[in-house]
Amino acid sequence: MHSKRHTLSRRIARHWQLYLFLLLPLIYLLIFHYYPMTGVQIAFKKYSARLGIWGSPWVGLKNIQKFFNSVRFTTIVGNTLRLSLYSLIAGFPLPVIFALMLGVMRNERYKKVVQTITYMPHFISVVVLVSMILQIFNPILGIYGKAYSALFGTAAPDLLGSPAALPHIYVWSGIWQSFGWDSIIYVAALAAVSPELHEAAQIDGASRFQRVLHVDLPAILPTATIMLILRTGKVMSIGFEKIFLLQNDLNLTTSEVISTYVYKVSLKASVPDFSYSTAIDLFNSVINLFLICTVNFISGRISETSLW
Amino acid sequence: MIASVKHRKGGERISNRDRLFYLLINLFVGLLTLMVLYPLIYIVSSSFSSPAAVSAGKVTLWPVDFSLRGYQAVFEYKSVFIGYRNTIFYTVVGTLINVAMTMLAAYALARKTLPGRGFFTFLFTFTMMFNGGLIPNYILMKDLHIINTVWAILLPGAISAYNLVVTRTFIQNTIPDDLLEAAQIDGCSDTQFFFQFVLPLSKAVMAVITLYYAVTHWNAYFKAFIYLNDRSLYPLQIYLREILIMNSMDTESIMDPDQMEAMQGMADLLKYSLIVVSTAPILCIYPFLQRYFIKGVMIGSLKG
Repeated sequence: MHSKRHTLSRRIARHWQLYLFLLLPLIYLLIFHYYPMTGVQIAFKKYSARLGIWGSPWVGLKNIQKFFNSVRFTTIVGNTLRLSLYSLIAGFPLPVIFALMLGVMRNERYKKVVQTITYMPHFISVVVLVSMILQIFNPILGIYGKAYSALFGTAAPDLLGSPAALPHIYVWSGIWQSFGWDSIIYVAALAAVSPELHEAAQIDGASRFQRVLHVDLPAILPTATIMLILRTGKVMSIGFEKIFLLQNDLNLTTSEVISTYVYKVSLKASVPDFSYSTAIDLFNSVINLFLICTVNFISGRISETSLW
Repeated sequence: MIASVKHRKGGERISNRDRLFYLLINLFVGLLTLMVLYPLIYIVSSSFSSPAAVSAGKVTLWPVDFSLRGYQAVFEYKSVFIGYRNTIFYTVVGTLINVAMTMLAAYALARKTLPGRGFFTFLFTFTMMFNGGLIPNYILMKDLHIINTVWAILLPGAISAYNLVVTRTFIQNTIPDDLLEAAQIDGCSDTQFFFQFVLPLSKAVMAVITLYYAVTHWNAYFKAFIYLNDRSLYPLQIYLREILIMNSMDTESIMDPDQMEAMQGMADLLKYSLIVVSTAPILCIYPFLQRYFIKGVMIGSLKG
């Protein structure tokens, strides 16, 4: 027992320079990540700037109850779920299919050009992406408006002001931006398939399409399963940046999500309620954490691949 | 039958039933590529057209009445200039901080014999799953008195847990334990080993994370949106949001007042040119560095 502790302290001493390397990153981590976590307590307090995080009085679950009882609760949680589930269902299969198709292509130069082009939108900022959407879908000036009136002879409806159209615009612009980039991981998995498997299938008289189904697809299925599981774990998180820029007064009934609502009742509000917004944030984070942990546990069981 | 099966690539004979399949795939992939490409071409073509052609919606594929007036207007727009300058500053300094901090942590965490390694790694990866949220972070920035300073942009997010995991995995996989042992026998300390061996051997992964961090800085607007209200500190993306999305043209900042009227009519043209000017640096660099970007995805997929 004694000697064990002795060797441990010697091992620590031997690595003292490495701890010095870790010092600055750890200080950063504590200040910018772990200290704010202690601020989460204001979700259960009535925060006042004068009394500060620690001095404000406790109010128990009042803030979270306020959110649950709010008339907007179902709309906001519903919108968040709708957008993320739609993104998942529509956006998940395409990179897989795209990678399979790239795997079939025989002209390497053509394939390179396709990859370079389809990866490109990944690097466009959300501000630029949203402004491209606004320009293109402008009902009067945009190419959409022009094409619509040329085809149907009437003025085009304003899709960006339409609550029904917003989820489609949000999801499909996201797919446009990321399906190419998201396929990289599957392309890599395909590259690992042994050529002998293909040769054997060819000897058995399999067509190229049959080889896609029976050789290529099984080869990427494990990667696809993991990616699907990981994405399911993020189903309650719709990032602030893109949806906030797409919002306007007309489409708010489907575009208000948890992250934008948190911002609006706190920093943007004329009477900011820091405790209420933190309670909503916390509710969301806890669900996310629960989902990720569950999904990670399942992933670890199925495939021995997990986050930690 | 067997004779027809030669080695893959080039020599492979295509049977008739497969020929149609290859054709369909090539066509479909081509179509998808065009769908990705078309909006990009449309924006670029519009930006090189005349104001009249743009406001009449004449542009469909190629520039109509080729002109550079949109670009002229962009470069006369003072806010864009300020935004560009600030974004370059945030990208360069921010990325330097990011890469330095990430390398420090990754090197230490890559050492399998380091006591507490698992615990420290967990401290970092846990931040991917849980954070204090908007307001606790905002209060922290206020308490640190860095709201409305460049530090509010540069310091939060100094280490991305994802990039850290990528870097650590790379160091672990490329630097053999034998090398460390041999160096240690020669009396090399951990610090000397870092500078003499780890840094030179990690060039590839440093290129990857440099690119990832730089693109993130270039495209970011959230932190600036929340923590800054001094216009002279705004990055490009904030000005872009004002001009492109909120449609507020800062007419006072046009240097030549005579141009104000002409400017109003050119609002749309300006937007197209602005999109190109703000995005071009990344899209022009990217094809040459594509393999580094892709490498990052590959290393990242090994774990996590």
